[in-house]
Amino acid sequence: MLARVATFTIDGVDPRQVWVEVDIRPGLPAFTIVGLGDAAVRESRERIRSAVLNSGFEFPARRITANLAPAFLRKVGPGFDAALALGVLAASGQVAPESLATFAVFGELSLGGELRDSPGALAVAEGAHRAGFAHLIVPRERAREAALVEGIAIAGASSLRDAAEVLAGRTPAAPPAEARRASARQEPDLADVRGHAAPLVALQIAAAGGHNLLLEGAPGTGKTMLARRLPSILPALTRAEAIEVTRIHSVAGIQSDGLVHARPFRAPHHSISPAGLVGGGAPPRPGEATLANHGVLFLDELSEFQRSSLDALRQPLEDGCVTIVRGQRALVFPTRFMLVAATNPCPCGYAGVGDRCGCGEADLRRHRRRLSGPLLDRMDLLVDVARPAGRELRAGPAVDSARVCARVAVARERQQARLAGTQARCNGEMDGKLVSRHVRLEAAAEAAVARAYDAGALSARGRHRVLRVARTIADLEQSDRVSVDHILTALSLRQRDQASAALAA
Amino acid sequence: MIGDRACERCLARPWLLERLRGHLDLERGRLGAALELPDRELIAAVAGAERGSVSRELDRFDAAGARERCERAKVEPVCRCDPGYPVRLADLAAPPAVIHVAGGLDRFLDLAAGDPVAIVGARRASSYGLEVARSLGRGLGAAGAVVLSGMALGIDSAAHAGALAAQAPTLAVLPAGADHAYPASRRALHGRIQAAGAAISELPPGAEVRRWMFPARNRVIAALALMTVVVEASERSGALITAGLAQGLGRGLGAVPGRVTSPLAAGPNSLLAAGAALVRGAQDVLDRLYGVGVRDGSAAEHRAELSPDLRRVLDQIAGGRDTAAALERAGHRPEEMLAAVASLELHGYIRREIGGRFVPLP
Repeated sequence: MLARVATFTIDGVDPRQVWVEVDIRPGLPAFTIVGLGDAAVRESRERIRSAVLNSGFEFPARRITANLAPAFLRKVGPGFDAALALGVLAASGQVAPESLATFAVFGELSLGGELRDSPGALAVAEGAHRAGFAHLIVPRERAREAALVEGIAIAGASSLRDAAEVLAGRTPAAPPAEARRASARQEPDLADVRGHAAPLVALQIAAAGGHNLLLEGAPGTGKTMLARRLPSILPALTRAEAIEVTRIHSVAGIQSDGLVHARPFRAPHHSISPAGLVGGGAPPRPGEATLANHGVLFLDELSEFQRSSLDALRQPLEDGCVTIVRGQRALVFPTRFMLVAATNPCPCGYAGVGDRCGCGEADLRRHRRRLSGPLLDRMDLLVDVARPAGRELRAGPAVDSARVCARVAVARERQQARLAGTQARCNGEMDGKLVSRHVRLEAAAEAAVARAYDAGALSARGRHRVLRVARTIADLEQSDRVSVDHILTALSLRQRDQASAALAA
Repeated sequence: MIGDRACERCLARPWLLERLRGHLDLERGRLGAALELPDRELIAAVAGAERGSVSRELDRFDAAGARERCERAKVEPVCRCDPGYPVRLADLAAPPAVIHVAGGLDRFLDLAAGDPVAIVGARRASSYGLEVARSLGRGLGAAGAVVLSGMALGIDSAAHAGALAAQAPTLAVLPAGADHAYPASRRALHGRIQAAGAAISELPPGAEVRRWMFPARNRVIAALALMTVVVEASERSGALITAGLAQGLGRGLGAVPGRVTSPLAAGPNSLLAAGAALVRGAQDVLDRLYGVGVRDGSAAEHRAELSPDLRRVLDQIAGGRDTAAALERAGHRPEEMLAAVASLELHGYIRREIGGRFVPLP
């Protein structure tokens, strides 16, 4: 007898439907699985046999053939266990085969018959909904996450027997209650920062305009501490963004409890490979750039990263997504993140700190060269982070995240209104054309930019960067025109085109 | 026609020096004496086992080939038999037989006949030294003096860059071929120097660099300059060789004082102790060359007047509050402070250093 069960597999970060067909024929007892499965799929035969028997069902002692269709798609991982087991039960008449028609099933089995937590439930629920299934059975731990998709009934089953009973019509037990409401934001707060007045201004501008930020300073001055607080002043995730983040994190197996509310903050170590950063491998998995989608990607010790890894970030930064081609398929991973990088000012790290730096001009040039290139082109802001004075450490906090976040939200609204109908969503994404259309300068501001440009302090590209940043500063002050003070602040937060040019003379 | 200002006899000399480049490298300490020897004696003294073959090659020397080589490299040779040959070079015990000029022979001869001032110093210079060298170059260039140096990393390059920033011509004396930037990382600077002044060399175009060529080059700088200024140099720096040669030739010698604790200041400070002129800026050099107050270097540069607020910030920076954080501690609002330093930078009063320090410009 033949039974068919629908399930889903994760391809990149997207769900793909897979039909599990189980056929039971008279013959010598055997259990074969065909359909381009990997080792985990082959091993699932043993898990299924034990799980079926330990759940109190009978494992048919006949010739069982299971097929995973479509056959061209490589099936990876143990997520097919539950579907295969239910297929065996249906094909042997232990559950009603017709009840399976409106159900999709997803989950891994233990030998005892429990349905184990498996990553990617949210993506599977989206796929099942899109494919028109009315019901989806997922492991109980993942029920709340899958239930974020509206229009499909999610049944959280804790075991194979549970799943069989759901198919027989019994309503499933309610999913476990959410451990705690995650509405209050738990990110580190700006109120913890002492001193660092200029970096705080830069952080606020970066958050308001979506500008990529480079922090430069000696070791131990607080670069990482500042970067970690950036998510707390970014606007809260919209529901669509939150679902996208949750789906990606669920696929990547990062433990989450229902909907992710906090903007992601990813800080990969500098030994990371290009594939680890932007995604790749076989099967392709999302990289840190995708895990940081709608959040912050923080690269500490930027000069220590492999050149190839940094170069791989170019496309994700430009396009907001990365395309990975494997075989005949092209997978697209979303990568809309803010880039924050930190670096020492020189190889020894102590340039600008008294006389501690012993680096010569050649060392500095080498250091700049390691940093330079396409990535720096995308950095709108550069801020020097200095060690706070003892007096400042004892002083009270200058700002807190909630207040800054409100200002940022207002500035973002102004940008969205202005940039409506264009590709850019914030000032940091404006290209040259949008800059010349949307950045209106007062006469004095125009003169200051021209002066900086003529003096050679700005390159043509640097000029655009300064204009973008100045536009954001004006937005923060709710001003429609960019004044000379906005330009001057933007100029002092620009990259040191001039100093490096002078060194390279 | 290129090459008609260098005679056949003289052209053989740079060819010979290039041919013996490996042997001359072994003559450390005796280089000065070796360079004074006439061709045949030089071969006998340094060529060792190759003596015979080099001698025969010299007999067959192909002057037309040498001229053609210059033409291909767009380098113009001028020899010491030419009436235009820089007179000051003749003061040397062993003046270069031929000077190869990239960037225009006539311009070079004009500039050399003016009053070139050599600015020399360490390759691994501090940011202070680079700033002083650049400012000296700019000041002297603006006052109409010709800045002369060796285009090495550090002080030399900064001096050239300063002169070029003042739109003034500058002369670079290169160790090997005048047509090739040495060091190669200064290719852009080499191009700008050729466009605005000239790059010269004793050796024919395309010659490989050898160690002995640096002290040989230094003697050309010392002789060509009316005055040599040492900016930063450790005890064993090549800049001190130049300074010693300049003194031996009776040229002016100046030095920029540095911190007594810094190894880079050891050279100039000991020169000062030995009686070199104290150089604090371009004006000191001009006073020394032309008499006090005869030529004014400050008139050449003018900067916008500062508002009282900006003046206060500038004074604070000069007084040691030279980072953004320090200025905030002095009571400035961060946004105001950022705008103020950008304004000062824009008007050329300060420069931002790596590490976030602001340096007042002289």
